[in-house]
Amino acid sequence: MTMDRAETSARIAALIEPFNKKGIEITDATRFTDDLEFDSLTVMDFVAEIEDGFDIIISMNQQAEIENYGQLVDAVVKLQG
Amino acid sequence: MTDMLSDNETQGATDLFSKFDPLIEMRKGLLSTGVTDPFGLVMEKVISPTVAMCNGRETILLGTYNYMGMTFDPDVIAAGKQALDDFGAGTTGSRVLNGTYAGHKAVEEALCDFYDMKHAMVFSTGYQANLGIISTIAGKGDYIVLDIDSHASIWDGCKMGDAEVVPFKHNDIEAMEKRLRRIPEGAGKLVVLEGVYSMLGDIAPLKEMIAVAKKYGAMVLVDEAHSMGFIGPNGRGVAEDQGCLDDVDFVIGTFSKSVGTVGGFCVSNHPKFEIMRLVCRPYVFTASLPPSVVATAATSVRKLMHAADKRAHLWENSKVLHKGLTDAGFQLGTEEPQSAIIAVIMPDLERGAMMWEALLHEGLYVNLARPPATPANMTLLRCSLCAEHSAEQVQQIIGMFTRAGKTAGILG
Repeated sequence: MTMDRAETSARIAALIEPFNKKGIEITDATRFTDDLEFDSLTVMDFVAEIEDGFDIIISMNQQAEIENYGQLVDAVVKLQG
Repeated sequence: MTDMLSDNETQGATDLFSKFDPLIEMRKGLLSTGVTDPFGLVMEKVISPTVAMCNGRETILLGTYNYMGMTFDPDVIAAGKQALDDFGAGTTGSRVLNGTYAGHKAVEEALCDFYDMKHAMVFSTGYQANLGIISTIAGKGDYIVLDIDSHASIWDGCKMGDAEVVPFKHNDIEAMEKRLRRIPEGAGKLVVLEGVYSMLGDIAPLKEMIAVAKKYGAMVLVDEAHSMGFIGPNGRGVAEDQGCLDDVDFVIGTFSKSVGTVGGFCVSNHPKFEIMRLVCRPYVFTASLPPSVVATAATSVRKLMHAADKRAHLWENSKVLHKGLTDAGFQLGTEEPQSAIIAVIMPDLERGAMMWEALLHEGLYVNLARPPATPANMTLLRCSLCAEHSAEQVQQIIGMFTRAGKTAGILG
């Protein structure tokens, strides 16, 4: 049961909402640390939400490659196989 | 050619140190308030495991991890002096070349006896033990599942290796299980846990966590740096105390806390463990511990096998201090004393540093711990008790905390 990119993006957008404290508009180019101002604790909680939501693992090694929203969506699509 | 050279000359140099500017500014801001630099303390003279001279003042030591007070044990010191005379000041070599002396084998035998395990491997520091074992046993395609509050040496071991690194929320069994369940079938798995987490002094529910790890076919490594010598009927640590030491594949420990000197180790019953001596780079490519250090360590480890009375007194100290500080109105890292570490939570770094200095003026040394070393960005005054702290010293400490707490405006 794989989701397409648009479907995955919609679900991630819903999961990101409680972490988007300033209500910043999310595009593929939105960066987690620079634009959304996620600190390391927020990153941990947010990653756990995504992992649980999609039943996947995003290892630290993979997280290091993900800087913006678009990259996260692509990674989640790929990780779902 | 000359044109190119002159082009190079005009390029502005990038200062590699500019990445440290935020930290430099933060330190400047803190020190400009007039507080003593909490990271620049010098012990001018050390009188005993619990007392030293700092800034010309006699100071009670409550932040040295010297849990069992072995640093001045007469047998330990005598063994070190003898080894200096018999074997010299240093080995000048790697364990696998010219750096294995009789003393290195003797301390490894002492560790096998202490833990009742088949293999022991001694590293030059505890940091290197975690760095070496973790980076070597978990390789490409393997998964390391670890607690998010793990010590820096564990994180650095992960970073040095090629395994996929998957952290979970501190002491959260369900979060750990979810991650283990999601690991692709057939991949190697290593679960890394600590017995005592040194920032808040809380212990891990190892029995439950290790049972889950085993259910998913993972190997288990437990860092017992802050429990050795003290926790468990034989001082083997939290896993022994919870009755699950047999299910731990690798115990990591240190000589720089309860043992009272410096060095690190891994003990294991794995039948192929000895191959580590050839493949573990932080073991191979560094000089071995000096003969005096391994001699003091071996003597200390053997004495710790018979230290039940000291263990009981240390527990008593921990309970009395925990209750005294709670009653005084301080917020502590754990509801009940779980180890020999008691963490006093400070409202922020500025007042934490003020309180630290006020305590130093009272004649008490504790550790000031701050982000990023601390969980949840907390500032902590971390106290580690010693079996050699007398009941009177513990009462003195409570008085010093209460007075300093009022001076620094932490207590009302």
